[in-house]
Amino acid sequence: MNKRLLFILPVALLIGIAVLFAVGLKHDPSIVPSVLLDKPAPSFDLPPLSNDKPGLATANLNGEVSLVNVFASWCGPCRVEHPLFMRLAEEGEVPVYGINYKDKAADAKRWLRDLGDPYTRIGVDRDGRVAIEWGVYGVPETFVIDREGTIRFKHVGPLSPEVLEETILPLVRNLQQ
Amino acid sequence: MRTLLAALLLAFSLGPAFAVEPEEMLDDPALEARAREISKELRCLVCQNQSIDDSNAGLARDLRVLVRERLTAGDSNEDALRYIVDRYGDFVLLRPPVSPRTYALWFGPALLFVIAGLGLVVFFRRRQAAPAETTTPPLTEEERARLETLMDEDRKP
Repeated sequence: MNKRLLFILPVALLIGIAVLFAVGLKHDPSIVPSVLLDKPAPSFDLPPLSNDKPGLATANLNGEVSLVNVFASWCGPCRVEHPLFMRLAEEGEVPVYGINYKDKAADAKRWLRDLGDPYTRIGVDRDGRVAIEWGVYGVPETFVIDREGTIRFKHVGPLSPEVLEETILPLVRNLQQ
Repeated sequence: MRTLLAALLLAFSLGPAFAVEPEEMLDDPALEARAREISKELRCLVCQNQSIDDSNAGLARDLRVLVRERLTAGDSNEDALRYIVDRYGDFVLLRPPVSPRTYALWFGPALLFVIAGLGLVVFFRRRQAAPAETTTPPLTEEERARLETLMDEDRKP
């Protein structure tokens, strides 16, 4: 009996370590889970980018489920995810608000003119201070905000069709009910 | 040779380079020293294994400036750290705090050491407790007789 244990124990240990390593290999350390999940969106008030579109403040996040997307014209991955937001804007299922992060106004305007503007509101975060309040550490980042203005989900990096279809939109529909 | 030596001397006399730029620094040296201390505790999330004190990333600079602003506004070191942790989580601290989630990290190695130690003690105790099994059994009559004949053969010229 004792001898059998002596054999099983190292094997069990090896399997345990292998599982740990397998999980560790899949885990991407550059994705830091947000501590702001299920907390109210930070209080902020950002000025508009242009005259024909309002800015973005905490109060605007109340009353309706919405997405908040942190973007910049200098950010390459933002260009990758941009068509998805254009599609969202076209379908009108959920409003997308933009936070223009550490960008030059002229550059941001040109970027939106060239690629299309999917945002219902755009707040300009010139010095990146409001982004820090949101715990942003890499653009693009996308947040799902519920009716009460609470952060329910955060995605770091460019949105993929999979994340949008399988995670974000189901969550949005769920919150809208 | 002399130029090389001078160049080397110069290179080593410079010491480690920090990312903090002159215009970020506070006028009050005591506050600036505290800001540097806090900055060394904070991870730059863009280039994860550097502190914001070492990193040239834009976000690291913003956070350095933010820490200095909090200190100037009268925050204690703990308050300033807490302010950043509230927004970025424990991961932003280069020294993970001791909490139920990090017990395995902090105490795991010590626990493994204790287990290994106990294992060794048990192993040696057992060996001492059962010496008869490990010593060679005496020769049987048959073996003794065979040994005798072999030795006799050898003794013959």
